[in-house]
Amino acid sequence: MEYFLIIISAIFVNNIVLAQFLGICPFLGVSNKLSTASGMSMAVCFVITLATLVTYLINKYLLVPFNITFLQTIAFILVIAALVQMVEIVLKKVSPSLYQALGIFLPLITTNCAVLGVAINVVTKEFAFVPGGMLNLGQALVYAFATSLGYGLAMVIFAGIREHLALNNVPKAFKGVPIAIISVGILALAFMGFSGMVK
Amino acid sequence: MAVKSNLTNMVLVLGLTCLLCSAVLGGAYVLTKEPIDKAAAEKTNRAISQVLPHFTEVEYNEADHYYKATDGDQLVGYAIESTVVGFGGPLSLIVGVTPDGVVYNTSVLSHAETPGLGAKCTTDEKFMGQWKGFNPSIKKLSVKKDGGDVDAITASTITSRAYTQAVENALNVFNKLEGGQDNE
Amino acid sequence: MSKFKLLTDGLVKNNPTFVLLLGMCPTLATTTSAINGLSMGLATLFVLVLSNMAISAIAPVVPDKVHIPVYIVVIATFVTLLQFLMQAYTPAMYETLGLFIPLIVVNCIVLGRAEAFANKHGVGESALDGIGVGLGFTCSLTVLGLVREILGSGSAFGYNFIGGHDGMLAFVMAPGAFLCLGYLMVLFNKYLKKN
Repeated sequence: MEYFLIIISAIFVNNIVLAQFLGICPFLGVSNKLSTASGMSMAVCFVITLATLVTYLINKYLLVPFNITFLQTIAFILVIAALVQMVEIVLKKVSPSLYQALGIFLPLITTNCAVLGVAINVVTKEFAFVPGGMLNLGQALVYAFATSLGYGLAMVIFAGIREHLALNNVPKAFKGVPIAIISVGILALAFMGFSGMVK
Repeated sequence: MAVKSNLTNMVLVLGLTCLLCSAVLGGAYVLTKEPIDKAAAEKTNRAISQVLPHFTEVEYNEADHYYKATDGDQLVGYAIESTVVGFGGPLSLIVGVTPDGVVYNTSVLSHAETPGLGAKCTTDEKFMGQWKGFNPSIKKLSVKKDGGDVDAITASTITSRAYTQAVENALNVFNKLEGGQDNE
Repeated sequence: MSKFKLLTDGLVKNNPTFVLLLGMCPTLATTTSAINGLSMGLATLFVLVLSNMAISAIAPVVPDKVHIPVYIVVIATFVTLLQFLMQAYTPAMYETLGLFIPLIVVNCIVLGRAEAFANKHGVGESALDGIGVGLGFTCSLTVLGLVREILGSGSAFGYNFIGGHDGMLAFVMAPGAFLCLGYLMVLFNKYLKKN
């Protein structure tokens, strides 16, 4: 039951882009075309889940026992940067086709605040529907994976909208990013309908 | 730009930077620990003094999340922390209960309710005022819509229900405490 | 480039929010009121100035291939320092801004200025650049926060002028952030941007 709640809440109710405002830069940056948007979503999904696994373990078995949780920010960002590099190298060797699909997005992900945001959320935030408030490893992974699915969902919907926007004649001052951001606002209004769904 | 990279200087510079930065942070941590702890202690003290009459000392019980407040030898009451699921996320209250089992006052520690609707549980005087001196043995602890005696916040029944639930949980903790002491 | 121009460039010509579109996440998330926007802007300014100075000082000895990790470590150090200071002296604001304080580390503005400016200029110039860009960011955040607060809660800097009524709540919630930012960008494009 908790897993189900975690998934619904992470994808719809607290959508990472539309309700939590994380990962906006790549969200605006690579959502011009549906194909790049889905590629980016998959890369983000992969990195967020992997990064959450590693940072969760580091926090639990390294930072907390040695009482150095104050190094959390610095440790997490280093781990994420190193991880992204490693994923890039491994993918290049092991699966060239996957590398071709995801490769160009990987360097962008280090500074995607969604990754660091989820990693920090998982170890610090209290979740009301989880007994005890804090997530265990399995729940953390499900949360990370579902959150990145939510990211993909928002990204794909938005890329679809943008492909249509590009065909329309908008006033000069609205062209490009402003009209895109206003559309996200309307999309966020729609997602607000989900709030309060998870009790 | 900068120096040409080779393995030695790369490892050296990266290692030195990390070392230096950790050292700086370690130092800063030690220096700011005292003010941080003080700020946190002040915050809990302020929260407790909002929900209980005058006290001089508090003692925290970690297992059941409550503070036992005393004035000299006299037991003033318990300030019990209670977290439930509200409309938008966790809703944390601190509930002051005097030894006679009456709620002295309640206060919200943190919430994620909708601004202007559920978030009124921190500002709506009528809603907040009814908890002062709420006696669970006379009044029924549930919102009026569910047949109880609690006035809900307009248009925020779910938040009001959650708030009521949190108070009930706190009273259960209190009853457990008092019941336990009677047996001794 | 004159010293004065270094400072003013960040406000309009290179405004990080409206022109460069950097640091969108904190811009949208923390501007529920003018005060919150102002605090987030100042927090970023603090990190930006210090990291710009530190990076311009160490840049000549950092080997090319590891410069990004080294910069990130330096930035993360200042961010953690800021976390300590805020926890100690402004705990309430620290709680309000929450996750977005540690996330200054991945704010593209900070790393962007380090890459584009600080590693090629002296300590003094980099500090001025940091102040300029930081002030530009602070101004945009405060303006966005003010607009959202006026529309959403009917108050400005905490001073309520509609007497106990509710504002248009959607503007303090997520959709309002996007809508206000979008329309402010339109105004900025129309009246301030020189093509």
